Amino acid sequence: MSATPSITAGGALEAPPRRRIPGQVVLRRLVGALLVLWAAATLCFAMQELSPGNKALAILGGSGARPPQEQIEATEEKYGLNDPILQRYTRFIGNLATGDLGTSYQYKQPVTSLISEQVGPTLVLVLVSTLLAWVIAVPITLLTAGRGRLRSSFGSGFEAFFAGMPPYWLGLVLLVVFAFELGWFPAIGGTSPDALLLPALTLALPLAGFLGQVTRDEFERGLKQPFAVSARTRGASEAEVRRRHVLRHALLPGVTLTGWAIGATISGAVLVEVIYARPGLGQVLVNAVSNQDLPVVVGITMLVALIYVVVNLLVDLLYVVVDPRLRTATGVA
Amino acid sequence: MSTPQPAAAGAPLLEVEDLKVGFGPRGHVNEVVHGISFAVESGKCLAIVGESGSGKTVTARTLVGLTGERSQVEAGKLDLGGRSLLGLSGRRWREVRGAEIGFVLQDALVSLDPLRKVGQEIAEPLRIHGWGERSGRRQRVIDLLTEVGVPEPELRARQLPHELSGGLRQRALIAAAIALDPSLLIADEPTTALDVTVQAQILELLQRTKERGRGLILISHDLAVVSRLADHVAVMRLGEIVEQGPVEQILRSPRHRYTRALLDAVPAAHSKGTRLAPRVAGAYIPAGDPQVPTVAGRAPIITAENLVKSFRGPDGTSRTAVDHVSLEIRPGETLGIVGESGSGKTTTARIILALIDPDGGNVTLRGKAWTTLKEKDRRQRRRRVSVVYQDPLSSFDPRWTVRRIVDDAIAEEDYRGKEARLGRVRELLGHVGIGPDLLDRRPLQLSGGQRQRVAIARALAPQPELIVCDEPVSALDVSIQAQVLDLLADLQSELKVAYLFISHDLGVIYHVSDCVLVMKDGRVVESGSAEQIFNSPQAEYTQKLLAALPRLDRTEPERKAVPA
Repeated sequence: MSATPSITAGGALEAPPRRRIPGQVVLRRLVGALLVLWAAATLCFAMQELSPGNKALAILGGSGARPPQEQIEATEEKYGLNDPILQRYTRFIGNLATGDLGTSYQYKQPVTSLISEQVGPTLVLVLVSTLLAWVIAVPITLLTAGRGRLRSSFGSGFEAFFAGMPPYWLGLVLLVVFAFELGWFPAIGGTSPDALLLPALTLALPLAGFLGQVTRDEFERGLKQPFAVSARTRGASEAEVRRRHVLRHALLPGVTLTGWAIGATISGAVLVEVIYARPGLGQVLVNAVSNQDLPVVVGITMLVALIYVVVNLLVDLLYVVVDPRLRTATGVA
Repeated sequence: MSTPQPAAAGAPLLEVEDLKVGFGPRGHVNEVVHGISFAVESGKCLAIVGESGSGKTVTARTLVGLTGERSQVEAGKLDLGGRSLLGLSGRRWREVRGAEIGFVLQDALVSLDPLRKVGQEIAEPLRIHGWGERSGRRQRVIDLLTEVGVPEPELRARQLPHELSGGLRQRALIAAAIALDPSLLIADEPTTALDVTVQAQILELLQRTKERGRGLILISHDLAVVSRLADHVAVMRLGEIVEQGPVEQILRSPRHRYTRALLDAVPAAHSKGTRLAPRVAGAYIPAGDPQVPTVAGRAPIITAENLVKSFRGPDGTSRTAVDHVSLEIRPGETLGIVGESGSGKTTTARIILALIDPDGGNVTLRGKAWTTLKEKDRRQRRRRVSVVYQDPLSSFDPRWTVRRIVDDAIAEEDYRGKEARLGRVRELLGHVGIGPDLLDRRPLQLSGGQRQRVAIARALAPQPELIVCDEPVSALDVSIQAQVLDLLADLQSELKVAYLFISHDLGVIYHVSDCVLVMKDGRVVESGSAEQIFNSPQAEYTQKLLAALPRLDRTEPERKAVPA
């Protein structure tokens, strides 16, 4: 959304009032975000503490291994497993703060490098799915909302159907129909664009259903608002009323939902990656959980928390772009 | 796109004959406008007056082809500037709207798109009808804003509707409607919800359009507003024009019973003690209610001294909403507070209700501490002061029945047992003229007047000595307003309850009050008896308010024919 040029006559006018988010608000948001991350880290630490099983054993090759006692003790010493809890907690938080997520028990390589190798495909999947969801939802709303009973019920039926669809089931159905039966798309693996479509659709369709539902409600409300009637009395066509006035109002709840959706889509992505055998964090996480590779689990959890926080900050900013009322100018009379 | 030809000499700008509008599928049409005829001449104003449900807004919308998809419009004639508007295609209608007919809706806060800049909204008709280039349109927007009297037009054009006051928003809306200088302007309740002084300015603005030789249709429920502007008045009721004629004739010698009832219902024309409406059948007031505590002398119920309350704005600056306000309310009397929006009248009421604590000063109830008490200690005495709001719908739980709403307000210790409580509910509803047949209705199934009656019954339930009425009739039609005001007067004379009556409407305040406070910017600018304030106002502000008040000029009490 580009900045609309302000209306000036002759150019000899005072500068337009500066509309921006006050620094205080940004600061408060940032502090809030840090608190959320800290809380997530503390929960991770607690989970680590409470999880059953000897950690030294997990490091030394899982429950099946029978390492000698000295080796266990040496490992405990090396990883500081016997230090007092407060000390381990501060070390954990301190390491996180410096971006050190520790070393994978399983692969014996830093968790950060493990994640950064695999995070790309997952993020691509999540972003493409979210975009796809919007691309599906908006035209359906524009074409069906408030356009007579038949179209409306078609639109809302579509939305309800997909909103209620579990991704693992949808994923399997798409896989069977489009990959195995029709053979239009590769069934397995790879990061090529055509291998991305089915997994992305699997995540996007339910999300599009949700987005459609919230935008439709707001859209239909908007069409009846006096400002829409006002626009019609100025000679605006139905399409103009929808596009120029009502759509923007209808997008607002969708934007809020997107913040939540991106976080939720990451968890969905884990399943989808397993179904389609795509590389990504999903595979890593499944492996790590089944092998008690706690540093990797914690690392991925913290990453998801970080993404949640960042996305919600972005959503707040996007909200200000869509809803100019939030650009409360400080200097305007 | 063509502008309408100047009508042939003598021919009216707009001619409507036998207009019928109905809704629903063919064969099952529910007709709401039953064959009305009227005409508007260039440079003249036709006012269509009626209450909600009279079909006036449907009529106005029909003139711009926006009656809705499921509507059936028929007419013998619907001509604008000598050309028929009947059976126009969607595309032709869009060429007419905004260019040949301008339309101003009421309530500019929601009639301007809250997410778009005021300038964009005003430029919209220009853009749609292909007027000039982008930069030219910008200049035209500034010119239009200047024309409708908006100060700092460059700044205002860049702002969003919520950054403008109600009056400025209404001006912007008018600017959009006259952007292409249409030959006919339709204004649907353009001044409702505006303060009187702002209302006067908007009427003046519409007057100027008329003087520029454009035709004007003013839709209103308010005869007093109409009398300022209209040349011709058509009174609508239930989809029919019951009477029409020159404005003097309608106001001075109305022929139809309904027109007379409407005129009698205008409170500004009657001081306290006059009935505004014929007594409603079914409303019975028992002689002397044994439940009402006997009035203990003339000692004031409420005494407020030097109330001060400030609020902090979003930008951190503090605004004094109530600035050293003192008042006294005596038993069985009505104190009216009148002021424009933002004058602090509602904040004062909320302090007296002890819903907010004042920053300074204090309120005593029957001579004992009130605002300084802890809520726990206050609760016992809360029942002595109750409240009626402007919009009862939002103060009712929509799922509750009338019976439950009223029952909920009856104190546990006063009436025990289902039978006794039901009897009390019936009695209270009887006071306000609500029959037992409505006991099981829910708020949404009641009319606006019925809802306000239920709200009053609820306020009476704890047997208060004082009822705070915050704009209780502002959302009601004149005739309903008249009935509610009469009801309040009857209740006062029977139950000796006192009112603190808050309104922006000077006419209503004049009608109900014994004493009046005039507030502006949180201060009391003048106080005194109602007669004093309205007949010899001292403060300049009061004089200004009174001058702005649209009044019915009905100097001749006898209804005789106006000489032609």
